[in-house]
Amino acid sequence: MAPISRGFRGRRSDPEQARRLPPGQYIEHDFPVLSAGPTPRVLLDTWTFTIDGAVDESRTWSWEEFQALPSETVTRDIHCVTKWSKFDTTWEGVSVDVLLEGVNTEAAYLTAHSYGGYTTNLPLEDVVDGKAWVAYAYDGEPLEPEHGGPARLLVPHLYLWKSAKWVNGLTLTLDDELGFWEQLGYHDRGDPWLEQRYQGD
Amino acid sequence: MRISWRIGRLASRRRETPTAHTFVFDVPGWPGHRAGQHVDVRLTAEDGYQAQRSYSIASPPDGQRIELTVEMLPDGEVSGYLGAELREGDELELRGPIGGWFQWTPEDGGPLLLVGGGSGVVPLASMVRHRAASGSSIPARIVVSARTETDIYYREELERLAAGDGGLDVILTLTRERSPRWTGRRGRIDHALLEEVAWEPDARARTFVCGPTGFVEAVADALVALGHAPELVRTERFGPSGT
Repeated sequence: MAPISRGFRGRRSDPEQARRLPPGQYIEHDFPVLSAGPTPRVLLDTWTFTIDGAVDESRTWSWEEFQALPSETVTRDIHCVTKWSKFDTTWEGVSVDVLLEGVNTEAAYLTAHSYGGYTTNLPLEDVVDGKAWVAYAYDGEPLEPEHGGPARLLVPHLYLWKSAKWVNGLTLTLDDELGFWEQLGYHDRGDPWLEQRYQGD
Repeated sequence: MRISWRIGRLASRRRETPTAHTFVFDVPGWPGHRAGQHVDVRLTAEDGYQAQRSYSIASPPDGQRIELTVEMLPDGEVSGYLGAELREGDELELRGPIGGWFQWTPEDGGPLLLVGGGSGVVPLASMVRHRAASGSSIPARIVVSARTETDIYYREELERLAAGDGGLDVILTLTRERSPRWTGRRGRIDHALLEEVAWEPDARARTFVCGPTGFVEAVADALVALGHAPELVRTERFGPSGT
């Protein structure tokens, strides 16, 4: 039994907002930044995005080519493992479905990798069928470097560390290969509604 | 394998600054931590409502005792309660240690460069204390930025440790101190200050930067601009909490 904190009332959300808040989270109105190291400064001239690994043929886009892909604007709630959630964030980017269109693969997993060396692993099924994007704009503006610009992965139904900042490619894999935080004790999948924060949750 | 919630009982508390308190908890079953790690804290109201926050551990590894220094944020749901209400003997839930990246032990080597802004000094204090407690002679510098003199965390302790230890330097700078009695450094931790007080990039210092987002962005950018290897600069940022 959890001990009761005498006199603790807390700052509660209204019931509608509370329904949108996964367990253990609180509503944040700012947009905090969490990163393990310095923010990489990526030039658009040399930026590329690559799909490779267990695929019949790898593919690479330049920034210009990537901008020419069909994009979507989506509004989603996002949830960080450090406990904050932010509602109704609006992003523009390319659906991962578009990037994987026509790719032949036996892979069941992928590793997203980034400028600066960050990696995170995901089951393939968590990034297809309209569940993930490579986003390059936030709130109508180009994505700022500290929030992952020029482009970041956006997988809003999982904790935000899965939405790799400064993403530059997806490597499809047959087996689940742990990424940066996953090797350091964070949960393999990271579903906020199941409160999968750390290994073993 | 799951990191379990444990009961922490408040052994004592002390004031660090007008807005920050250190809480000393005894946590039966605490598995131990490494300097720089943090802990999740959970409060439960009478009707079952719960709130969680993460706080850095200020103390070095020390059996089943941990110390948290918590800045009371304006309207802070958890920090406000802890600061105003938590008394000796009170119990709450703790889960940890969390975080395998922002941490240091003497076996990792040095030199060590620690740069903290405001309450960002908390996990760095754990490293300085761990270094001292383990008798390490690894050269270390801690650069601390605070708003005013009364906002500096752990000042006496840091200066006492540095005075008795040729290997530790403490550099303080204040960004909003008006009193002329302060004769030390003023201004933010910027490129010029880091060029003066950081190790040469060739020394390949283990570097830890913690503070508010803008502070960490500025310091990490300046270190990289000075030639420090990005992979040696580990950061922990915290945003302003709910408005």
